[in-house]
Amino acid sequence: MEKLLEIKNLYVNYKTDEAVVHALNGFTLDVYKGETLGLVGETGAGKTTMCLSTLRLLPEDIGEVVSGSIKYNDIDIMKASKNQMRQLRGAEISMIFQDPMTSLNPIMTVGEQIREVLDLHYPDMPPKKRDTRVDDIMKLVGILPERKDQYPHQFSGGMKQRIVIAMALVSEPKLLLADEPTTALDVTIQAQILELMKALKESFNSSMVLVTHDLGIVAEFCDNVAVVYAGSVIERGSIEQVFSRVKNHPYTDGLFNCIPDLTSEAKRLTPIPGYMADASNLPKGCKFADRCVRCREKCKETEPELQEVDKGHFIKCWYADERSGET
Amino acid sequence: MLKYTLKRLLLLIPVIIGITFLVFLVLSVSPGDPAVMMLGVEATEADIAAKRAELGLDQPVLIQYVQYMLKAVRGDFGKSWYQGFDVLNEFSHRLPYTLTLAVLSTIVAVVIGIPAGVYAAVRHNHMPDYIITFFALLLSAAPTFWLGMMYQLFFSLKLGWLPASGAGSWKAFILPIMSLTGGMLAGNSRMTRTWLLDVIRSDYVRTARAKGNKESVVIVKHALRNSLLQVITQIGVGFSNIVGGSLVAETVYAFPGIGSFLSAAVKSKDIPIVVGCIIVVSVIVGITNLVVDLLYAVVDPRVQLE
Repeated sequence: MEKLLEIKNLYVNYKTDEAVVHALNGFTLDVYKGETLGLVGETGAGKTTMCLSTLRLLPEDIGEVVSGSIKYNDIDIMKASKNQMRQLRGAEISMIFQDPMTSLNPIMTVGEQIREVLDLHYPDMPPKKRDTRVDDIMKLVGILPERKDQYPHQFSGGMKQRIVIAMALVSEPKLLLADEPTTALDVTIQAQILELMKALKESFNSSMVLVTHDLGIVAEFCDNVAVVYAGSVIERGSIEQVFSRVKNHPYTDGLFNCIPDLTSEAKRLTPIPGYMADASNLPKGCKFADRCVRCREKCKETEPELQEVDKGHFIKCWYADERSGET
Repeated sequence: MLKYTLKRLLLLIPVIIGITFLVFLVLSVSPGDPAVMMLGVEATEADIAAKRAELGLDQPVLIQYVQYMLKAVRGDFGKSWYQGFDVLNEFSHRLPYTLTLAVLSTIVAVVIGIPAGVYAAVRHNHMPDYIITFFALLLSAAPTFWLGMMYQLFFSLKLGWLPASGAGSWKAFILPIMSLTGGMLAGNSRMTRTWLLDVIRSDYVRTARAKGNKESVVIVKHALRNSLLQVITQIGVGFSNIVGGSLVAETVYAFPGIGSFLSAAVKSKDIPIVVGCIIVVSVIVGITNLVVDLLYAVVDPRVQLE
């Protein structure tokens, strides 16, 4: 399969008044054409930072790419001109933001906001056609086109998220970065929105990175999964490889142990001990060492590389072949 | 909208009644007897008593007030106690001067202040931001009367470019405008900077960038339009302040508007002029606030009047 996005050894820092926060630490990830990749990790693991870096939208003067490279097709994102980046944003790479409540401009009608993408990237398209495209995409996400002259505050949260999705999809992007598109929504709407995104993605033949912290969503909607911990990918593989639980990173193992199992008799869930490594003061060796059941001296001294344990299944652990043992 | 506007205009009436009554009260308890001031200290008791009766000062304050207001609603604002001219007639000459001054000062403050604030916000924490913020602070800390005198010293006395007083030619307007606009200009730029910074960090501005908008479009179309609500509030408050501030600026420049008229009348306790001026200024401020509220609904679809 062909690579669409290639992130290599990316280091991103956020400078705050108190400290320098190391958000991404050697983040390496490939996204292939047509793939739906689930990006899993806890809050602060660097999932959103990865999406923003890809669009070069890190907050100015605060977020900074220290080293590493991002390639989209043949374009080097780090070296692309401002103009080139504008051509990519919204047209080739679209992002669906986390919070639909605040992601829409409150004083523009939703129709205008969807149309803006077309106005920017298809200036040659006749205005009538642009209007029809807006109507079509609104129908697709299940909102009556008659409502396009209304403002965001006149819609419910779930509807706003559909509008955000419509905005991201109207230009039929090649790569869709969906940053927790359903976190702000209740469970019944979640499934609808995800089904919708999957269908739309398939009809446009795009690739999608679905950022979430819900393993259930990943299992249901993604082809592959990448697990992020403290700013780097610690495991990547197909859903089968990762969810079969034959070989896993100890952190992934820990995540699975946090999911209640309907068939087992366990009285309590097994949480991962400790807290995520402090991003402003990271340990020298493996970032997960403090909380890891497999941890040995070597782990505290040197950080492991991502290694391929099966074809297409990568784990960033010195003892990747070991089982942590199910509890 | 029309019903709302009418309702708000009617609400101005109790406001004016309250303000004028307060003015009457304050002037009646403040030291100095107008009759004595008019006739001089050598006047006899009988003369003073006669003069007080003539001016109606022998009546209780409430009666004086009611009598004044009953005339006022019929368009009779009385005559100046000292100079004898008709107050309303004098207003018709002076008001255009003050309004011209206030409107031009506001325009200057908007045209310079808001772009300065935008530029400071866009270059946040860089040199242009520091420079603009420094001058804005300096300007808002400088009192109008001091600014006025400094300008006179520099532009009239030292350079001889502009007249130091009067309203004889368009040149005479420049210094009063410069003194009056200072505070509002500084306020506009500081407030625009603050509000824009708030909005620039918001999610929908990031969304606008993620769509592939140019940075200038992101700032003007998405960010600035969203902070316009506060900017309009600031302009309304600034305009009212300028009308009030004209009292000082017009006195410094001996400018023939309402402000210098009022400040002279307060000193001599010329009650018909003082109360008349206060009514005019209150109406201007009230209408300004109404216009600001009406503009909210135009700018922000979320605002619904009533």
